[in-house]
Amino acid sequence: MSATATSPLPGRGSPGTAPETGKIQAASGKPVLWKTPVVLSALGIVAFVFFGLMGSGQTAKFGISTGGDFFQLPALEIPAMAGGIVLSVLMLGLAAYAVYLKTQNRPAPAWLTITFTVLFVAAFLIWVVGGARTPSISLAGLIAGSVTLAVPLVFGSLSGVLCERVGVVNIAIEGQLLGGAFTAAIVASITQSPFVGLLAAAVAGAAVSMVLAVFSIKYLVNQIIVGVVLNVLVSGVTGFLFSTVMQENKARFNSPPGLDIVEIPVLSGIPIIGPILFKQSVVGYLMYVAVIVVWVGLFKTKWGLRVRAVGEHPQAADTMGIKVNATRFWNVTLGGAIAGIGGSFFTLVAIDSFTKEISGGRGFIALAALIFGRWNPIGAFFAALLFGFADNLQSIVTIIGTPVPSQFMAMLPYLVTVLAVAGLVGRSRPPAASGIPYVKG
Amino acid sequence: MPDEDRPKHVDQHAKPHEKSVAAEETAAVAAVDTAGGAISPSAVPATAQSGKLPGGPDTLLRKIFTGSGVVSVLAVLLALILGGLLIAATDERVATTSGYLFARPTDFLSAVWNAATRSYIALFQGSVFNPRGSGLAVQFAPLMETLTIATPLITAGLGVALAFRAGLFNIGAQGQIIMAGILAAWVGFALHLPLGLHLLLVLVAGIVGGALWGGLVGLLKARTGAHEVILTIMFNYIALYFLRYLLNTPAFQRPGESNPISPILDPTAVYPQIFGSQYRLHLGFILAIAATVLVWWLLNRSTVGFEFRAVGANPKAALTAGINVSRSTILVMAIAGALAGMSGVAQVAGTEKVLTDGVAATYGFDAITVALLGRSTPWGTFAAGLLFGAFRAGAVQMQIQTGTPIDIVLVVQSLIVLFIAAPPLVRAIFGLNPRRKKPAAAGKSQQAATTGGAA
Repeated sequence: MSATATSPLPGRGSPGTAPETGKIQAASGKPVLWKTPVVLSALGIVAFVFFGLMGSGQTAKFGISTGGDFFQLPALEIPAMAGGIVLSVLMLGLAAYAVYLKTQNRPAPAWLTITFTVLFVAAFLIWVVGGARTPSISLAGLIAGSVTLAVPLVFGSLSGVLCERVGVVNIAIEGQLLGGAFTAAIVASITQSPFVGLLAAAVAGAAVSMVLAVFSIKYLVNQIIVGVVLNVLVSGVTGFLFSTVMQENKARFNSPPGLDIVEIPVLSGIPIIGPILFKQSVVGYLMYVAVIVVWVGLFKTKWGLRVRAVGEHPQAADTMGIKVNATRFWNVTLGGAIAGIGGSFFTLVAIDSFTKEISGGRGFIALAALIFGRWNPIGAFFAALLFGFADNLQSIVTIIGTPVPSQFMAMLPYLVTVLAVAGLVGRSRPPAASGIPYVKG
Repeated sequence: MPDEDRPKHVDQHAKPHEKSVAAEETAAVAAVDTAGGAISPSAVPATAQSGKLPGGPDTLLRKIFTGSGVVSVLAVLLALILGGLLIAATDERVATTSGYLFARPTDFLSAVWNAATRSYIALFQGSVFNPRGSGLAVQFAPLMETLTIATPLITAGLGVALAFRAGLFNIGAQGQIIMAGILAAWVGFALHLPLGLHLLLVLVAGIVGGALWGGLVGLLKARTGAHEVILTIMFNYIALYFLRYLLNTPAFQRPGESNPISPILDPTAVYPQIFGSQYRLHLGFILAIAATVLVWWLLNRSTVGFEFRAVGANPKAALTAGINVSRSTILVMAIAGALAGMSGVAQVAGTEKVLTDGVAATYGFDAITVALLGRSTPWGTFAAGLLFGAFRAGAVQMQIQTGTPIDIVLVVQSLIVLFIAAPPLVRAIFGLNPRRKKPAAAGKSQQAATTGGAA
């Protein structure tokens, strides 16, 4: 229901006249808006003033290697103000290029916004660290910690991708994570096997998802309502069982054996990349596998084509002989199983017991990541990483003492998401049939 | 539940579609339960709410038993039964008697019955009437507590319900309560004004705070087309972190206090207690009743309300009819925010008298279930607010007396809403589904629409 188009001028840029970026969007016939250039310029100026001119005179120090690495790299030392000025000038350059493209009636290419974002984050980081009492952080630790914090987010957003791509809005990610965390804890405690717990978490997530599927597909209840209510239901049931069962006999029901960190020899010693890729728990490795499998599945297989068809145009899919509601049901269930595994991360890897509301609203951040990642598994993965990064940075800046209050750091993912859905930073479009029940006619 | 506008509307729809019985029954359910068809309103005619199900024989008895009122009651009953089973499943006596279930099943069954009823009786005594109290004043104290807790639920629920009627999902009552709480509390403790004027200003500040926070969502939605569900969820968190930030600044933190808590509001800035100081019940409850009347009037008697409902029923048709959909979206979100803002004021100026980061508790989220249970009508929401207020108040007593955790309330609450949202499920469980004629012609009318849509 976008009511006001800022410039109803149809884009007449023909593909032929656009030299190197011709294939991006020029042929789509959509009008090129002023939005992106304006937002980029504004952000560039903000960066120049705050991160550059008002940056501190200290030198920000970023440790790259950790003690365990098999070769050591020197720490990166950047004078905060100079670094801020250089990066923001680069940003302003990119913004100017976007403005130039707009005057040529061509949209800003994707690489431009991505580069801009990376520069902005880097400038921000230099500014934050440069202004701190102790202007030194371990970049390796920061990034590795971000990945760890992002694990449940990635699983959650993959669940969302699977559901929304098939046309079911999944607000119940939070409930699926929580259900997975609870079940993993209790089953792993009883069986004394974390792997059985992991499996049980997947089943629990799938069970929560099945309720969503049954109510939204069979009974045609609005999907958002079911999602919201399911979150409350799972929170209530797990909270109730936690108080009655788990706290009565903590040793038996709430002391799950954890999943250990599995280090791959040699490879885990590579600076920065090593801890991220080769020093993870089983759940962490599963995350990488899941992202790749879901991406390949959705975009490179027949199954994925069908799934996307159901999410974009169920009638057409039905006409082609695809069972719309069955596809939806099984996809939603699969999504729940994936989110359930993500939930097990809380109780099997991060903390060694279950507490009430252990997922702490991360299901909603996962939802944000999915939107920010534009309903694409890879995009959602990187968005989740970004949010994990913000989360981790927030706890680090409170330790090193910076000018930015930690609450604003915590607010960042949500602000960014608002900007994303409001179309200020690119345009995110959900699958066309997302949220609409399908009644076979 | 007053629902004046529905029957006419329903009958118009019911006649031309009477042939497509089976398909439509399910479709109709969707229309009602999307709370005014927020997602795809045009595709689904609303027939279910009248209880006149096409195809079933129209006997009076069947009408009564398949109507939405009965479904609501049955849904509550079913949720209570399931909640009771959950209580019983974790009860120790039930566990021991289940050991010799086959030898003496009556022991087991009575243990189940006792476990569940004991909790529910404690719930009732903690929320309505406590027979063990000395004197009527103490005996009715639980009821007063129920009304106190119901106050923010009702006003926030009205906000959610109003947005539902305009086809918008306002998940953001939580953030709107917080923003209202911030402004109202600040006016309450930072300004020192004469009696009367001060309280009025607190109320206005809260309402404005909520309205701005809600209206901002409406504005973003109207201007950019961003989905309000995502926006409101994100705005909830932004508001919460903003509050946490403020509570650590000198302007908001109580002097000499290291915890994030504001100064106590001036005595001139708090709601007077209605029945004296022995009960917490405050003026906010009267205002909640007034708000209910106001929303009823707005929705059913005013032009603006008609526009809201028209936009909710079918935005495209509303646009064609000359209604300014953007304006309606912004306005309805602002009013919804203002109503939630009243809850924020009730919290800081009525119940708590200070501002903490738990000012909204879970009222904003509960408000969604309240509005859904109330089927988005003003008085339905009012009644649902009272019911959930009773659950909340009683749960505290229940936990003290029987050790049943408060969380059971969440379970029962969410089950109620789930069941109410799926009337066919409830009817199927109680064997009340109307007998259907053979749906021979069922597909025909839908077929045209399908191909039309695909073209």
